[in-house]
Amino acid sequence: MSVLAPDKPAPAPVRPPRRVAFSQKIGRWDVKVSPYLYISPFFILFAITGLFPLLYTGYVSLHEWNLLTGQGDFVGFENFTSVMEQPNFWLALRNTISIFLLSSVPQVIAAILIAAVLDANLRMKTFWRMGVLLPYIVAPVAVGLIFSRLFGDQYGAINELLGILGMDPVMWHAEVLPSHLAIASMVNFRWTGYNALIFLAAMQAIPRDLYEAAVIDGAGRVRQFFSITVPQLKATIIFVVITSTIGGLQIFDEPRVFDSTGRGGADGQWLTVTLFLYELGWGNQKNLGRASAVALLLFVVIVIIGVLNFLLSNRIAASDQMVKKSKKIGGKR
Amino acid sequence: MSSVASIAQSVGPGAAKAAARKRNRNVGGANKRPGWVTYLLLGAVLLVSAYPLYYVVLLASSTQEVISQSPLPDLIPDGHLRENIERVFNSDIPLMKGLVNSFIVAAVQVACVVMFSTLAGYSFAKLRFRGRGPLLVFVIATMAIPTQLGVVPLFIVMKNLGWSGDLRAVILPGIVTAFGVFWMTQFLENALPYELIEAARVDGASMIRTFWHVALPAARPAAAMLALFTAIGSWTNYFWPSIILTNQNPTLPMVVRQLQASYFQDYSLIMAGVLLATLPLFIVFVIAGKQLVAGIMAGAVKG
Repeated sequence: MSVLAPDKPAPAPVRPPRRVAFSQKIGRWDVKVSPYLYISPFFILFAITGLFPLLYTGYVSLHEWNLLTGQGDFVGFENFTSVMEQPNFWLALRNTISIFLLSSVPQVIAAILIAAVLDANLRMKTFWRMGVLLPYIVAPVAVGLIFSRLFGDQYGAINELLGILGMDPVMWHAEVLPSHLAIASMVNFRWTGYNALIFLAAMQAIPRDLYEAAVIDGAGRVRQFFSITVPQLKATIIFVVITSTIGGLQIFDEPRVFDSTGRGGADGQWLTVTLFLYELGWGNQKNLGRASAVALLLFVVIVIIGVLNFLLSNRIAASDQMVKKSKKIGGKR
Repeated sequence: MSSVASIAQSVGPGAAKAAARKRNRNVGGANKRPGWVTYLLLGAVLLVSAYPLYYVVLLASSTQEVISQSPLPDLIPDGHLRENIERVFNSDIPLMKGLVNSFIVAAVQVACVVMFSTLAGYSFAKLRFRGRGPLLVFVIATMAIPTQLGVVPLFIVMKNLGWSGDLRAVILPGIVTAFGVFWMTQFLENALPYELIEAARVDGASMIRTFWHVALPAARPAAAMLALFTAIGSWTNYFWPSIILTNQNPTLPMVVRQLQASYFQDYSLIMAGVLLATLPLFIVFVIAGKQLVAGIMAGAVKG
């Protein structure tokens, strides 16, 4: 401020020097505190709606806790043992893992293939990309309703189609595996296109001279896809596999609306862990302690499968690189 | 492309030169126009994506009698759409309330997420402060936490605040997202040059003024995409609202679920409800889908 003062001689006597120092102090304080101020909304709200509930889950799971009457006695691990003694918990776990496998494996494969097709120099690029993304804007609840009708046991379009092909109708709502297939197809409907676009973005970042080199070496399109595209997508594949693991194991909306009662089928054919959690806490039992125990158990499962997935996809990608390396050495000979 | 290369090899140096010229034009084969097989495949994918939505329109515009007679509706909508929509509005399920509620929740969440994420992203990307690195890592790490894990205590918290059954209980957990902060940080890192910020500071602008007049305009494209993502997430969210809200004060996914539970035989009515719940987002998608696609393409993890 004092440096600038000679430029403006007139107002100088009016302004007492102390105020200048004060505004300078504000300026410095502004620079120091502002960054924390700007990031604080995230941290404050996360503390309330994320971190605190996260820690509190453990506390609730160790107590008797009714939805209506609130906190009861400390019971130790009784909620966990009682949940694990219920056959429905294991049924739900089996269904969840089955639906997760039926959805994520075909989904990742289909997404990569669709991305490979979209990677061509298309006319109306944006139109095709938007078309692929269209299912993403439909709410899972709505998707569930639409597919529940398409997979109807008596008046379903899918069974009608099977009939035209000369096959017997499938009891999509009565049998275990068919119901899992139907629910997995809902998940795939909504997410395949989204993941295809993520793969497409990664594909476009692959240096084109790799393909040129492959062409000179005489590699066909299929060979190029498996020897260049897939290994180069390693990080993206891991990312998509991990996110679809976290999402797939939490599945709730689609099985909830697969029939009008929303309880996962008459014999729990498509009861999932989150559906089970919901029934424990907000259904007939109103037992929030046990619901918390299920939430924690589900988290453990997600972590275990997530780590397994990471190791697996890492190894697949690593073995691809080994092949590439050995090929390079072979080429030199 | 492989054919170009093989011709170049077989015909000899003169032809190779011409082929090389052609190759330069078609870098890596990617600029060659694909054949009809590609379009056929894409057409099939598009059909699978669009048919279920078209099916909704078909059922929503048919009469109940037609639907119960045949599993495959005619391919042309039947003209009872208006009647079915009126039936949804006249049913005892509060559709209008759901529309208004979903709109309020989405609007507030979009506004807050964009504002807070841009603020935090600007801070992480361009300002120097102690603890910046670890705090950013923490933000990213929170993305891995599943929602189910905190849902029971969150319910207890909201109940103690007296907010259960209230829209505030749905809005609050969604007004900041780790994804938003991360997204904005990534974008502003590259899109906002330090010179602009310094120039504003030298001109005597306060920190918040600098943010408002320099960072915010620069963040506009990323903010638009974040707004779209947030709107979709908010509009389609079902699990948490179904726990904390009541059936008298629902959001749209809850309305759809109630229609199914109460009118489970009346598919023309249910599908009219699904159509009404999906239409607003569909309109947004038609208008801004291009940006959404661009956003996903820009935000992908690159190998």
